[in-house]
Amino acid sequence: MLIGVAFWVVAVMAVASGVAVFVVNSMARATYALALSFIAVGVQILLLEQGYLGLITILMMVMEMAVMAVYMVMFMGMNPALMPMDMTHGKKTAIGASVGAFVLLASGALFIPWPQRRGAASEDLTRALGLEIMGEKMLVMAVLGPVMVATIVAGVVLATHRTRYERFGDDLRRHPANDPRQGGVGR
Amino acid sequence: MPESGVVIVAVGWAVLAGILLCALAYVAVTLDAVLSARQLGVRGGWTAPLSRAARLLRQRRRTTVAADTLLWRVGGAGMFIGAFLTVAVIPMGRWVLADPDVGIVWFNVVDVMVWALVWLTGWGANSAHSLVGGYRFLAHGLAYELPLMFALVAPAIAAGSLGVGDVVAAQDGAWFVVWMPVAFLVYLVGVTGFSVWGPFAPALAADIAGGVLAELSAVDRLVFQAGRYLFLTAGAAFSVPLFLGGGAGPVLPGWAWVLVKTVVVLAVLVWLRRKVPLLRPDRFMEIGWMVLLPAVVAQDLLVSLIVVRGG
Repeated sequence: MLIGVAFWVVAVMAVASGVAVFVVNSMARATYALALSFIAVGVQILLLEQGYLGLITILMMVMEMAVMAVYMVMFMGMNPALMPMDMTHGKKTAIGASVGAFVLLASGALFIPWPQRRGAASEDLTRALGLEIMGEKMLVMAVLGPVMVATIVAGVVLATHRTRYERFGDDLRRHPANDPRQGGVGR
Repeated sequence: MPESGVVIVAVGWAVLAGILLCALAYVAVTLDAVLSARQLGVRGGWTAPLSRAARLLRQRRRTTVAADTLLWRVGGAGMFIGAFLTVAVIPMGRWVLADPDVGIVWFNVVDVMVWALVWLTGWGANSAHSLVGGYRFLAHGLAYELPLMFALVAPAIAAGSLGVGDVVAAQDGAWFVVWMPVAFLVYLVGVTGFSVWGPFAPALAADIAGGVLAELSAVDRLVFQAGRYLFLTAGAAFSVPLFLGGGAGPVLPGWAWVLVKTVVVLAVLVWLRRKVPLLRPDRFMEIGWMVLLPAVVAQDLLVSLIVVRGG
């Protein structure tokens, strides 16, 4: 009962702060309204007794929003972060699309015959969920990880303005490197 | 996996835990004030925290043009509240308020909240200096947070559990600090980081008019500053179950040992503030990523190998 009430309170909070993202007129408020929405979702996952997933959701989202606020404030043109702004664009299309999506999903949830639970819940839910999500695909994920890292490194190498020859000299022997900003370990 | 040896106490004891945290933080402030006074060549400083608090309490609130008061207050108050959330999972010897099976992640979540809180405090005043302070803190955060996370991983691997009670129980033979000293040191670096303390204080530095604190006045300033000390204290206290064997020790009961170890770690952190220079965020970024992170990952690898061989 108590958990049910808490779940609904948090659900309303998640939706309300989600709406707030598009209502408030400051970049920081929009960002942290979104963070609050994610925190509420994280608490919902906690209420579903998925401790690790819930906490990790909160952790990742707060960190993400903190970094996002920095990027938005620093890099957006005409600095909307420091003056009143509006998060909505193409209002009519957006409202149409979101109402349509909501009707579709809600009617799906209402009309689809939900399956009955087969068997009993696993002893360790988190582990079972992890195996369910990752079990078959572990090899794929293990390969994908290094590929993604390699992609990131390659992308940075291709995009960077300065090369290692500029940093270390033509024979790559200059130490410390000629960095525009000196690093902390004296390379 | 060893059995968790902690007893969960009634919620009412949270009051005592809160009072203890405040008392320890007060000890830290006093120690800092006394050391400051001694550095200036004068005696005393024992009453400085009280007189400073009294001065801030009767100070008039400074207001700034177009301040985002809501976010400003959320930042300051959050710093004050966060540390109390941490303490809930720290066992005092046998007793603990809560022992979730993901206690270490809980701690990590609270310390990541500081990212948002310090930045919001810097943002809210609508002042350039305090916003620069907020950015400086986030730059530090990007450098200390990952090493801190990997440092938290080491005890969890060794205990085979993310529960704080299990981690304490797993240190029956040897304290984790003995065979994971690198993780312990990096953890302490992280604690000073999320307390905006010592070498990580450029966010509050004088060269930007006090940074995040530039426009904070009166009770708001008191609450924010108290929050920093509370976080430092909570961080020191959490190192006890993680690395220092929890309540293990001769003669004295477990809770007393937890207090003793906490005070020792806290005193070292306070004392170090005068010994270590401020770390510029851009410089520390490289230290964090090129020294601390590889070191602590190597430490995790070593711990994993020992666990695999032993188990």
